[in-house]
Amino acid sequence: MSDTHGQTGLDTFPRLLMHHAQTRPNRPAMREKEYGIWQTYTWAQVAENVRAIACGLAELGFRRGDRLAIIGDNRPRLYWSVAACQCLGGIPVMLYQDAVAQEMTYVLQDAEIRFAVVEDQEQVDKMLEIQGEVPLLEHVIYDDARGMRHYTQTLLMGLDELQEMGRIHDRNQGDFLDAEIAKGAPDDISVMLYTSGTTGKPKGVCQTHGAFIAAARGGVQFDKLTDREDILSYLPMAWVGDHLFSFAQAMLAGFTINCPESGETVMTDLREIGPTYYFAPPRVFENLLTQVMIRMEDAGAFKRGIFHYFMDVSRRCGADLLDGKPVSASDRFKYWLGNLLVYGPLKNVLGMSRIRVAYTAGAAIGPDLFRFYRSIGVNLKQLYGQTETCAYVCLQPDREIKLDSVGKPAPFVEVKLADNGEILVKGPMLLKTYYKRPDATAESINADGYFMTGDAGFFDDDGHLKIIDRAKDVGKLNDGSMFAPNYIENKLKFFQHIKEAVSFGNGRDFVTAFINIDLEAVGNWAERKGMAYSGYTDLASQDAVYALIKEGIETVNADLAADPKMSGSQIKRFLILHKELDADDGELTRTRKVRRNFIAERYQVLIDGLYAGAKSQYIETEVKYEDGRIGKVSANLRIEEAQTFAPQAARQAA
Amino acid sequence: MMMNDMAQGAETSSGRRIGEVILDLQNISLSFGGVNALTDISFNVREHEIRSIIGPNGAGKSSMLNVMNGVYHPQKGKILFRGEPRQKMDPHTAAAQGIARTFQNIALFKGMSVLDNIMTGRNMKMKCNLLQHAIFWGKAQKEEIEHRVKVEEVIDFLEIQSIRKTPVGRLPYGLQKRVELGRALAAEPSLLLLDEPMAGMNVEEKQDMCRFILDVNDQFGTTIVLIEHDMGVVMDISDRVVVLDYGKKIGDGTPDEVKNNEDVIAAYLGTSH
Repeated sequence: MSDTHGQTGLDTFPRLLMHHAQTRPNRPAMREKEYGIWQTYTWAQVAENVRAIACGLAELGFRRGDRLAIIGDNRPRLYWSVAACQCLGGIPVMLYQDAVAQEMTYVLQDAEIRFAVVEDQEQVDKMLEIQGEVPLLEHVIYDDARGMRHYTQTLLMGLDELQEMGRIHDRNQGDFLDAEIAKGAPDDISVMLYTSGTTGKPKGVCQTHGAFIAAARGGVQFDKLTDREDILSYLPMAWVGDHLFSFAQAMLAGFTINCPESGETVMTDLREIGPTYYFAPPRVFENLLTQVMIRMEDAGAFKRGIFHYFMDVSRRCGADLLDGKPVSASDRFKYWLGNLLVYGPLKNVLGMSRIRVAYTAGAAIGPDLFRFYRSIGVNLKQLYGQTETCAYVCLQPDREIKLDSVGKPAPFVEVKLADNGEILVKGPMLLKTYYKRPDATAESINADGYFMTGDAGFFDDDGHLKIIDRAKDVGKLNDGSMFAPNYIENKLKFFQHIKEAVSFGNGRDFVTAFINIDLEAVGNWAERKGMAYSGYTDLASQDAVYALIKEGIETVNADLAADPKMSGSQIKRFLILHKELDADDGELTRTRKVRRNFIAERYQVLIDGLYAGAKSQYIETEVKYEDGRIGKVSANLRIEEAQTFAPQAARQAA
Repeated sequence: MMMNDMAQGAETSSGRRIGEVILDLQNISLSFGGVNALTDISFNVREHEIRSIIGPNGAGKSSMLNVMNGVYHPQKGKILFRGEPRQKMDPHTAAAQGIARTFQNIALFKGMSVLDNIMTGRNMKMKCNLLQHAIFWGKAQKEEIEHRVKVEEVIDFLEIQSIRKTPVGRLPYGLQKRVELGRALAAEPSLLLLDEPMAGMNVEEKQDMCRFILDVNDQFGTTIVLIEHDMGVVMDISDRVVVLDYGKKIGDGTPDEVKNNEDVIAAYLGTSH
């Protein structure tokens, strides 16, 4: 275990960084793949670079308490900028790098940004585009100088130039930065993370050094992480999960973070690095599995046979072996053989051979998906948390894994349930405040100091927390039975052919659903069947595809019918949307969660059609192209009925 | 005939400096048997500029490019490259002089990876002999590493990291074109000849390719001679355009001049009389 635990004086991130630079100067702190080769930065090098950036920023007039916007992919120099900003007592504000310029305006205005460090020309262009609306913006510093030669705007500056300036500053006034670091206190705000804005305008969540260090320390102790871990940093820096895993925990434990070459190369980079500690939202695990399954279906009959045989074996005993439960000798042998022939090579292809601990969070994970990874020997666990709690509330302990729970309250965290089932949380990792929103802060933290998560859940007999849905999303059908839309959608989404689903039913007689097919999976399926199609819209409207989806929905219905609490929520009618739900159209959040109310409003005619019993419904929708133009898509969508099951019959069928 | 030579050292809109004439073609005539492919054509290419050659099918554009890099030898006329007259020259010598090209039909090694294909572009620059490369030790190894660095820079420049190890035959058409450009760039040419780099591409792929051509010209100062059918592209990115029709030059000048040239309009749209 790292020697930083419990050591006094290491109570802010800059101090932790300087500590690592002294105690393990030559250990790799970061790696980045550049020009096809992994370049390593040691802790000493990172500290030197951070100093240079910090001094450069100070030279430009960056003051204590200033906010520094950071926009770009996971690049070492952007992480250094986060640390540099903290050294100066500033507050880093990461923005989602794929947001369009207009979406950035709000955060830049709200956080009163004067300084921004951005990755490349693309982000610089966005800054210049909205410059007029963000009058406070004084300096835009870019990392990658490519294509920047003819930019003459005075507010622009290369990060190299800034670092050079900073190095001179640091040489002349060597004690300046140390003094700045010494001024920092654990209850200073260390970072501002904006909520995804599922409900209304994004809010800036202010977290202190103390909060993130507590969350990181809890996680590091819980999973016995050391400075020898390798993690791949590929999730948006603006997301709390990345900040906890790739920044806070790495800073605390002193392990290595690895930055992929580009967004498209993540799979290859994952395989090359072979992380020991891995974090991904369910969507990523799902995509990986879908890809594996697609490729297996294209494989020869012999290979397919071996694969399915050993997958059956692993399904039977893999998870038990991982949990240390008793397993018969013959199963052990079969699993050993399977590991040699299937699981081992498969994990290697997925880049998961070295994983000791893997986490997933952000959305509920399908039980089959979860079981798949555990059964091939990946110690995949779930955690629960939100931006306001440093993504740190519940963790699943090793050997106590339940498919449908998020585990036990993490160290230092207290969890209790409100009367309406809402989950309340208290601990050192709670947010200090929402930026400039005392009203929202007061609303979300109750008089006893508990943060109200807005999630509904309950504890099972072993003290594991189960999450059902958003407390406000849980509704009732007209017959009084419970309607938990996320619960249903997650079941639907586990089918590899369904990418996204939105269900309706609150205050209605029955449940209906919109479906988005998975273009890759269904496309592949159509190819094998020799079906011709021109694109998403065409494929989505084909009879065979409707039949395929219907089959999936009926399986879910059977599953729901078997659960007495949920048997009323079977899906009676559904349609397949003519376009993919897209964050650019405001239908998904940037973390790709469905924005239920927005969709309900936008597609009101379709919902009316579903409940009016129509056979089809005409719809015209606006779509936003990547270059910002707006176009229209129209379609006549077919509505189909799905078979539902009586609770009793379903139990037999299942 | 309009012949508006841009003043030497003039700055273009993007701030590039157009330099001296590096390739001067004087009264070029080329025939295959009785067929006159090119008749008495004269024009020049200045350093750092983007020079387009346009014209209807069979106008002699590709022949012109082949004359430039020494594949065809014109029966009449003079070619001056950097002031030096050249008589007989083979493509190998042209490549050694810093002239690289891409082809109208993709000419890559389909079974080889993107990396290896681009590496072949470094062929001219490799100094070690076959035996040294076979043993791959000492000098040859060092050389290989140096070339690999250059190739990786090209891969980074063209943003094709994710397909580095993919066999070229498995790539879509637009990406193959990009790889071909990469191979030409790997030779670090001073003059780059592109034969229809955007043929058969969709709008998005064309935009990408345009950006890469402009970036090459801008960042490396490479002079570019471009054959292209898409008039929008040509008029957008060229500094000067020469127009051929039936092997004869019918127009030469800035995009605006060419657009308003009556002979050119007639060749493209037909005449009203």
